[in-house]
Amino acid sequence: MSIDLEQFHQVFFEESLENLDVVEQALVEVDVDSDIDSEVINTIFRAAHSIKGGSGTFGFTEVTEFTHLMETLLDEVRDGVRPLTQELVDALLKSCDCLRHWFDCLQAKQDLSDEQSKPLVVIFENMLNKNSALASTEVNVSKTTAGTDHVPLHHWQITFIPHSEILLSGNEPIRLFRQLEQMGEYKVIADISGVEDIDQLTVDECFISWNIELVTTTGKEDIVEIFEWVIDECTLTITDNIPTVEANNVPEIGREMIAEKSGAIVEEAKKPKTKIEIAQKTKTIAASSAASSIRVGIDKVDNLINLVGELVITQSMLSELGNNFDMSKIERLSSGLDQLLQNTKELQENVMRIRMLPISFAFNRFPRMIRDLSVKIGKKVDLQINGEHTELDKTVMEKIGDPLVHLVRNAIDHGIESVEERVAANKPEMGVIKLDAYHQGGNIVIEIVDDGKGIDANIIGQKAIEKGIVDDVSKLSDGQIYDLIFEPGFSTAAEISDISGRGVGMDVVRRNITSLGGRIDIESEVGKGSIFRVHLPLTLAILDGQLVRVGSEVFIIPLISIVESLQIKAELVNKVSGNMILYRLREDNVPIIPIYKEFNIEADNTELDSALLVVVEGDGRKVGLLVDDLLAQQQVVIKSLESNYKRIEGISGATILGDGSVALILDILGLITQTTPKKSHSNRSMKAA
Amino acid sequence: MAQVLVVDDSTSMRTMVTATLTSVGHQVKDAENGKAALDVAKSGAFDVVITDLNMPIMDGITLTRELRSIPKYTYTPILLLTTESSGDKKAAGKDAGATGWLVKPFNPERLLSTIDRVLG
Repeated sequence: MSIDLEQFHQVFFEESLENLDVVEQALVEVDVDSDIDSEVINTIFRAAHSIKGGSGTFGFTEVTEFTHLMETLLDEVRDGVRPLTQELVDALLKSCDCLRHWFDCLQAKQDLSDEQSKPLVVIFENMLNKNSALASTEVNVSKTTAGTDHVPLHHWQITFIPHSEILLSGNEPIRLFRQLEQMGEYKVIADISGVEDIDQLTVDECFISWNIELVTTTGKEDIVEIFEWVIDECTLTITDNIPTVEANNVPEIGREMIAEKSGAIVEEAKKPKTKIEIAQKTKTIAASSAASSIRVGIDKVDNLINLVGELVITQSMLSELGNNFDMSKIERLSSGLDQLLQNTKELQENVMRIRMLPISFAFNRFPRMIRDLSVKIGKKVDLQINGEHTELDKTVMEKIGDPLVHLVRNAIDHGIESVEERVAANKPEMGVIKLDAYHQGGNIVIEIVDDGKGIDANIIGQKAIEKGIVDDVSKLSDGQIYDLIFEPGFSTAAEISDISGRGVGMDVVRRNITSLGGRIDIESEVGKGSIFRVHLPLTLAILDGQLVRVGSEVFIIPLISIVESLQIKAELVNKVSGNMILYRLREDNVPIIPIYKEFNIEADNTELDSALLVVVEGDGRKVGLLVDDLLAQQQVVIKSLESNYKRIEGISGATILGDGSVALILDILGLITQTTPKKSHSNRSMKAA
Repeated sequence: MAQVLVVDDSTSMRTMVTATLTSVGHQVKDAENGKAALDVAKSGAFDVVITDLNMPIMDGITLTRELRSIPKYTYTPILLLTTESSGDKKAAGKDAGATGWLVKPFNPERLLSTIDRVLG
């Protein structure tokens, strides 16, 4: 048999991890003190049952044995003989962690450790009050190994009297006989005495019974097994007619069996070695295949096919027009082109949707996390999730997970007050953390809202001065002060708690978000709570760009980073030490970057007065880009420069414009870091000076 | 070769059973719960139905009962995929009209020999 079960492993892992999510979500929602919906228990049971069934089939014994315990307990809960206690819920949740870890190991082809599972097995077995779940399998093994040295020959006498309705279960007696036939020498006699007159016969009833003689080495159990499916629908007697004789004439079979067995053992002994080799070879493959698959709803695919159909119609219409075109058809041509535009746009949107997943993939871990954390630090927190169906690009989703975890941890650790503090402040004991996701323009916005103590700008400012991040905060707005918590090395917690770590996080959070082309801002009111708002592009493959011209070159500035465009007034330009030119923009001093200098190209205009300046923002810093002309705004498809050419400082990618020419996309963040290397000690302190 | 309908809510099981059966030339259609399977069964013709027991929306036993009430599936072999822990389910399955069962975990060889048993 050439079916290699390994090809199904990846599907099984993905499905099992989804099942674990289902179990975990259901468990987190369970309130042990109130009546539990039987459908919830059923859902949990079904998921555990599925994992057990699959792991058995695909040969992951540890997983099977472990989930068998879970399943047994859940089965009792389902049948109402065991209450769902908090202890059981906790143990089951830990089991999810353990299984998830195991699946990670299995995916990476590593050995499974029982470090996590051992204590859980003890808990489960204590609950089940029995020693081992393995006893039954051992019996099976001994049964099959017995009898190789002693092969008795039986003369079985079998009487098989089926009930008349046997055919209704799809069991055809002749199939049973065909199987018996393969076991040895066999003779069957049909007894038709029960058959009624022809006019009494019913088409789906069986009136015949059979007497079978079978000479074979096969034991009674195997014969009974053949009749296993019909045992309740017949009268069956099996007797060994002639006393057992030593089977001298069938030693070959015995020898064959032994040979086969030892062959299997040899093979088994070889296996581990090759397994390791394979493991090393396929490790990377497994990892990449895990990362590269995506499950897409069939409706999305159907939609695409539909759209392609429309595109084909438009195309054929246009090509027919082109075949014998004259000026009288100009109107039809123009409407055809409109249609093409529409088709392309819809097609583009729908292709993008294929990569989109609901943000619930990222949100799902939070109920569990909040539950665990609130128990750990003794705060009461209610998590409310909205907009979990909002869709987001898969890559963006994967990269935003960790920053979100950090923000939520911060909200519960620093935001929400202890129960005593809340009561003293006349707030309900139960704190609220809200996660919300929604679309806004071409962006997705994720909000992490808490009703905790809020961020005190004075404390933050003081801390920032202490840490040497800024020299003076008196001229900074609250928003600018809040931004300071994203500075490297900033931490306000008087004592480092083990939940939100030691202040290494927030700068990384912002860096991750900006590297996705997004931004984060904070709104807060002391005593009322805070809102952390993360803005992200819907996709990384397409961006809304502003086309600008410098000399004969066209560059693209991501629209999301543009603050404003203006005409320079000479009196607002400040030259400071070195090459730095600053432009006074209301409260801010914005460094000017002449694009022509940056990329060493010819520009129409090198004079600052009356020139066009595009002010962009990245990582909380602003710079002004000096350009010759503002052209159109349009969506551009990002092509990697690295994979097609090489990496260039200040350029994040390229795109092909409508006329076929290549335009470079400016790497705003790169340009900013290049120009203002030490932001906090240069422009901020300058501002304060 | 036979037309087989495979019903299981687990994608990996469905994929495995389908691939195994297809590899020896059977024509396979699949469904992820009893309800969906019933629709597929009604619109087609199958020589064997293999179904899981525990499924959302409609379980395997209900599916068996429903199939038996359709004239073209009166005698069609219906195999239940069960685990050893669901012994009483076998009886319920038989009552509903199932032909037999295949105990999980099973390997491809076992699946094929069981299929041969009902196609014989």
